[in-house]
This record gives sequence, C-alpha cells and structure tokens, in this order.
Amino acid sequence: MSDFWAMGGYAWYVWGSYGVTTLVLVLEVIALRRRAREAKT
Amino acid sequence: MKWFWYASPQTFYPLAGRIARWSALGAAVLAVCGLYIGFFVAPTDAQQGEAYRIIFIHVPAAWMSMFIYVVMAVWSALCLALNTRLSGMMAAALAPTGALFTFIALWTGSLWGKPTWGTYWVWDARLTSELILLFLYLGFIALRASIDDPRRADRAAAVLAVVGVVNVPIIYYSVQWWNTLHQGASVSLTRAPSMAATMLTGMLVMALAFWLYAIAVSMVRVRCIIRERGE
Repeated sequence: MSDFWAMGGYAWYVWGSYGVTTLVLVLEVIALRRRAREAKT
Repeated sequence: MKWFWYASPQTFYPLAGRIARWSALGAAVLAVCGLYIGFFVAPTDAQQGEAYRIIFIHVPAAWMSMFIYVVMAVWSALCLALNTRLSGMMAAALAPTGALFTFIALWTGSLWGKPTWGTYWVWDARLTSELILLFLYLGFIALRASIDDPRRADRAAAVLAVVGVVNVPIIYYSVQWWNTLHQGASVSLTRAPSMAATMLTGMLVMALAFWLYAIAVSMVRVRCIIRERGE
C-alpha cells in the first residue's frame, strides 16, 4: 500500500496533480451550492 | 425536439435541472471507473514510470478547456446574431468551469513537466497559448462583471469570446506549427493512438467524466443565473 502512495518516487507530482484537481472541483461545487441556495431566496 | 420552446429561460429551467442531476450521477460513476483503470489497471510506463499517471487528468482537462471555450463562443455568436436571452446566460454559465479546467491543465502539466522535462514552466507555444486561454476566460468573466446591465454585459463579453476563439486552433496545432517542448498529440482521429489500450481507455473514461461534470455544473449555474435575473 505504501508503494502505491509513493508512486515510484513521483508522489509529489502525481498527488499534487490529483489533489489540486480534486480541491478545485470540490470548491466549485461548494461555491455553486451556496450560489444556488442564495438564488432561491 | 421543440428547440425554440427551450430557448426561453423559463422553459429551459426545469430541463436544466434534470440534465444536471443525470450528468452529475454519470460523472461520479465514470470518475470512479476512470480512476480505477488509471491507477490499478493501466501498467507503469516504461519511460516515465508512475509520473505518467497525471495523463488521466491532464489530457481530459486540456481537451475540456478548449472544448468549453468553443461551446462558449458558439453561444456567444448566437447571442450576438439572434439576441436570445438564454444564449448569453449559457456562455456566462460555462466560463468559470472552462477557466477551472484551463487552470487544471496548466497545473497538472507543470507538475508533469518537472520530472519529464526538468522544468515546471517553459515559454513554449503550447503552454503559452494555453495560458492565453486562461486569460481569455478571466477577461470574459471580468468584462461581464464590470457592466451592470446584464443584456449589454452579455453582448460585450460575447464579442470577446467570439474574437478569442482564434486561440483554440492555435493551441491545438501549436505542437505542429512550432518546435515545442510539449509532445505532439498521442490521440487523433486519423491515426492509431500511440499508447497502450488500457491507458487510452482510462483517459477516455476520465474525459467523459469531466465532460458530464462540466455539463452538470454549467446547468446548475445557468439555473442560478436565470433566477438571479428574475426570469
């Protein structure tokens, strides 16, 4: 399992990519949910 | 299909909600499948080791960044030509998601460039034109935000979007027109793809997931815009 997270020494590059992508998409969904709630009132 | 029926924001509103729900569900399912293929089925690359696994988000995000821009420009052209209310709203709904995918393409490309090229950034034609795409999206958003009257904002931003679309073929063909550090296309409609079948499958599944994600969020956003404008 730790082999998997190590990504053959490329952990920062691979997880840095996937982490930021996930973060950006999650933030967009959260912001949009808030906007949708405000638009309804 | 009664296209003109749905061209009115009021009638499009419930349809957009249904499209958003189903697209979001599809995006979630496909993302799980795509990530499973990408991390557990696709083999380690002979040259790049595990670093190549960035491909499963980098290439789909880059495709989406260009594709969303073209769709945005088409809606903008419709807004200018027909002056329909919904087209300007659709263009506005797509811009933030397009900008995010452009940012993701640049960010993941940078993190992929370091281990393979030895640098996070280089002013090569592909990278520079993609950066210009990000500025076009941001310019579109800023221009709309700076004009109070929504219909005028729609039209002004639409001009920017339509003019800026020339940048998309420049990005796409940059690797052929200039001598770039960025590699040429690994996937094209005319040649057999130059990668293992499982890698290609993972990439296409992720592309489909991003596609459905973009549809879902832009549909939710257009519903917000319709409500905010009191339609």
